Amino acid sequence: MAKHAPPRWDRKMQQRLARGEAAALGELYDRYASLVHSLAHRVLDDDAAADRVTREVFAQVWENPEEYEPKQGSLRSWVAGLTHRHAVRRLRQTETAALADGGAGTTEDLERKVLRASAAARADYIVTSMPAPLRAALESAYFQRRDYRQTATDLGVTEDEARRRLRLGLQLLSTANEPRPAAAPPPGYGTAL
Amino acid sequence: MNADPFEPTGEGAGGCGGDGSGAGQPGAQGPGRPQIPTPRSSVEDTGRPLPDAVPPSPPPAPSPLSQESPQPQQPEPPQQPEPPHQPEPPHQPEPPHQPEPPHQPEPPRLDLDHGVLKSMLGAWALSACSCAEAEAVELHLGDCGPCADEALRLRDAVGLLHPEDSLDLDPGLRSRVLAGCLDRRPPRIPVPEWAAPYDAETARLDALLQDIGEGEWHAPVRLKWYEDEHQVHRRTTVAGVIAHLLTVDGLVAIALGLDDPLDDAATPDGTRTPQARTEAYWTASRHPATRSVRVPWREQSHTLVRTVSFAGGGSAELSVPYGPHPSRPDRLPLRDAFLDRAFGCWVHAGDIADAVDYPYEPPAPRHLHQMLDLAARMLPSALAARRRSGLAAPSRQLVAAGAPGRSVRLEVEGLGGGEWFIALDSPGAAASSEREVAHVALDSVEFAQLAAGHVSPQEAAAGQDGDREAIHDVLSAAASLSSM
Repeated sequence: MAKHAPPRWDRKMQQRLARGEAAALGELYDRYASLVHSLAHRVLDDDAAADRVTREVFAQVWENPEEYEPKQGSLRSWVAGLTHRHAVRRLRQTETAALADGGAGTTEDLERKVLRASAAARADYIVTSMPAPLRAALESAYFQRRDYRQTATDLGVTEDEARRRLRLGLQLLSTANEPRPAAAPPPGYGTAL
Repeated sequence: MNADPFEPTGEGAGGCGGDGSGAGQPGAQGPGRPQIPTPRSSVEDTGRPLPDAVPPSPPPAPSPLSQESPQPQQPEPPQQPEPPHQPEPPHQPEPPHQPEPPHQPEPPRLDLDHGVLKSMLGAWALSACSCAEAEAVELHLGDCGPCADEALRLRDAVGLLHPEDSLDLDPGLRSRVLAGCLDRRPPRIPVPEWAAPYDAETARLDALLQDIGEGEWHAPVRLKWYEDEHQVHRRTTVAGVIAHLLTVDGLVAIALGLDDPLDDAATPDGTRTPQARTEAYWTASRHPATRSVRVPWREQSHTLVRTVSFAGGGSAELSVPYGPHPSRPDRLPLRDAFLDRAFGCWVHAGDIADAVDYPYEPPAPRHLHQMLDLAARMLPSALAARRRSGLAAPSRQLVAAGAPGRSVRLEVEGLGGGEWFIALDSPGAAASSEREVAHVALDSVEFAQLAAGHVSPQEAAAGQDGDREAIHDVLSAAASLSSM
């Protein structure tokens, strides 16, 4: 649902939140809660922790709606980026505490785990945000195990087009694995996906 | 074992048999070239050391691609992406331990140009091309650095795909999250307290609709209510129920000066009742309702909440016409109309959940309490209407307005419950414990089901004590409040 909300909706929502309209907060939750919760869950793999991240993210948006900059992308991508940061921070905290508590593993294990969880969450976001035709092609080839010719038939496109979509879809998805400088925002959230 | 993203998924190149001795073996490649192993043989089989884990590679979740692979090490149930380490299903037929000897003759080598091979990389990474094509791609990867790099990246990306989790969001999370936010920054434009149950119930139903599949929108639903002292039914579908909610909520929209979701032409004069409006909507659309009705329903419910938030407390008494009903008032103040619509939303969400076999909980206790309070408050006038129709016992005495009259104590137990005194002889009488002639006790959800017309007054599991006739009249009046 609500795939490509027009930027107007985003700006309007930002104004309503800034105005202190509780009903706007409810609508924001209805639109993004499952995105926020599932991304947080992908990183943290824990329901209660994902609930807490969901609370933190919506609180931050509600308290600081002016932090959203419509020129830099959609509200959805901004919310996803916030979620990513909150969830990864929490994962790092929990894991560091577990290590300090004498838990098994090394700091390298921890970093690997954080990286892996990060990439998995970005990948989820990319899949849910990519243009529907690409997503449909990937779903057909990967989940239905159709080859590209069958995929082409299923989707009513040429075989060339089916190959193109599979390749492009994976190219988009592969950006989730891109290493990034520590300060940069996580990739996958800021673009016009 | 699945650390090398090239290896695990590759084994799913289903159907491409072969013994791994064919072209594309990494060993055939020159120095400095990226090694693109064939997606069909596993490193374990080659005797070479296992590669180290690569950090951003996915957790060792099973890839559905490997399910149909004739890989003896980890037979998996077909068709179903399972977490690893599942006990092996006992009835699992043994996958073939050896690749079948090639039944078919070697496919002829394909001669494809660079452009085509490049375009094939996605399909190759997903094991979604033919064996001959896969072989041609692999040969090409040995010669073409850029393609080999891309192939690596795409293979890696395949490892990030996984089935969508069907994690249902805790329905109670919404109110906790919103309450937490509003504590930290009080709203300048709050949602009126009497609109909160409607806000919460519509959100809950929308979350249920989010989870159901396309086909389930056409699942049959039987709407039940109580009319002329009998339970009546009307068949529709899940989508039909949402259309019903859309048109009845539309009564509130009209009262607030918003657009009527029902086309003017579809409403002959006088068809203002919820049922007539619903039938008109169902009849007017040439096709049965589909899931497309979800968006207008949800938009309207959001608009209603937004509008009354701005209208503020002063709008609470605004009158909402409901049309004639045997025992309900023909209009409700806005605050009660919102409670009535919250109640209708919950009841019909329950109908839908039953139809698609989903669990559905009662509303939050404080919301349920407000809804039950509305039903309890409507009982005295319902009793009066039923008396006029000869359906309830005549008044035993005339009571001056405001004076205490005979009363039934309605005790509703459980979450959202409470205690109400129902004036028996006149809606104007003051109900009180001094004049209590009977006591009836029932569970909050049971009372709600009664008021929704889902259980009959005779079936309602109620503890009774005192004047039987009075109790019967009160329970029957509660059932008579129901409508489609």
